[in-house]
Amino acid sequence: MISVNNLVKKFGSQLVLDNITEHVSPGEKVVVIGPSGSGKSTFLRCLNLLEMPTSGEIIFDGQNITDKKTDINVVRQQMGMVFQHFNLFPHLSILDNLTLAPVQLHRMSAAEAKAEALRLLGMVNLSEKADAYPGQLSGGQKQRIAIVRALAMKPKVMLFDEPTSALDPEMVGEVLGVMKGLAKEGMTMVVVTHEMGFAREVATRVLFMDEGKIMEQGTPEQIFGSPQNPRTKEFLSKVL
Amino acid sequence: MFNDLPRKFVQDFIEKERWKYITSGLKTTLLITVLAVVVGIVIGAVIAIVRTSHDQMEGRKQGPGMVLLGIADGFCRLYLTIIRGTPVLVQLLLLYFVFMVNCPSKIVVAVTAFGINSGAYVAEIIRSGIMSVDIGQMEAGRSLGLSYVCTMRLIVLPQAFKNCLPSLVNELITLLKETSICGYIGLNELTRGGDIIRSTTFDAMLPLLAVAVIYLVIVMFFTWLMGKLERRLRESDKR
Repeated sequence: MISVNNLVKKFGSQLVLDNITEHVSPGEKVVVIGPSGSGKSTFLRCLNLLEMPTSGEIIFDGQNITDKKTDINVVRQQMGMVFQHFNLFPHLSILDNLTLAPVQLHRMSAAEAKAEALRLLGMVNLSEKADAYPGQLSGGQKQRIAIVRALAMKPKVMLFDEPTSALDPEMVGEVLGVMKGLAKEGMTMVVVTHEMGFAREVATRVLFMDEGKIMEQGTPEQIFGSPQNPRTKEFLSKVL
Repeated sequence: MFNDLPRKFVQDFIEKERWKYITSGLKTTLLITVLAVVVGIVIGAVIAIVRTSHDQMEGRKQGPGMVLLGIADGFCRLYLTIIRGTPVLVQLLLLYFVFMVNCPSKIVVAVTAFGINSGAYVAEIIRSGIMSVDIGQMEAGRSLGLSYVCTMRLIVLPQAFKNCLPSLVNELITLLKETSICGYIGLNELTRGGDIIRSTTFDAMLPLLAVAVIYLVIVMFFTWLMGKLERRLRESDKR
């Protein structure tokens, strides 16, 4: 579904992603772990070109999205993204947050989008918040809204950039719960997180990144059970 | 000073219908202000968008579009430097006596001068408003597949507008009062209207006080209006 070939990203002279080649198949739940500054968020943000790769190519659904001729806006409609800081639109009601993109991009009529939004809100148990504004919600509620806002576009893949890192501890569970439900439904997911429990439970594959490289990868059992790379061992010993 | 006030009042405003200097001056002042505000906001918005687009895209994209944007940004900077670096009165006189010397209407000259002047300040107000909106808002809009322009229009600018509304009203108030220098090009606006009465009746106090009170009332009205508008925009901030 997503093929990354020789991806390099530099910020000025600083090398953030060092020649990464990776493939994500449909239905996979890839969890990316690693110390801060290892390039895992940048890697994720390159997948929908929020960061422009310095070199290398990214193929999504058979289409080279790093090609200048590709209309990135069309590609992004198929890739949902959830941010660490939610990034809900504070001047719009929850319902409008969900329906804005589908209606603006003519994916649905206003009525269809509203019906779909209400269905999604029901899915995350926030139906009663349809007319509220983001400022009235808790962090966990905001992040659940952010997830369904991305889902409202019916994406083929969901990218999660540390979705629980800005949450109070007691709210982490409700967000991970929604993500687990999504995984169960077969959504293709790429998740950057520090939640090792989630990685162990949900991931079909875990990538360990450090210094802009994928140092080691494997099933959760391999990575958490018997890590091979000394950097992986060192990192896991600190976080587990 | 005060005992012949009634007589002076009659002399200043009633006799020969002198009050008309004030009312027609007020009309001119309001006309110049309103038109100049519109010109200023249009200029300011365009410049603010050019400059923020340029700053945000610098180093991210290449091509002829970026070169064009770079040139446009250069012009905007030059404009801001010149306009903010010189007094508005000098700009007005330059337009009237040099650059628009063939323009038949003094009002057009005044609107041009104040519009161009105000545009520079409005540009920086709107730019700071746009920059005050978290970068994550743009990213969230783009990640949903909305274009840059669409995200700007539907997500960033509405929030930016709310953030910079007080400064915009402040600029409007400044502009209203600055139009009082139009007398320099012989335009009979409010201040000059009062001054004409002073110079014919030789009574300074009443006509000038009247002028001051009128400015004050208009400014207070704008402030009240802004308060109402702000409360409405704050609808989404409730917790």
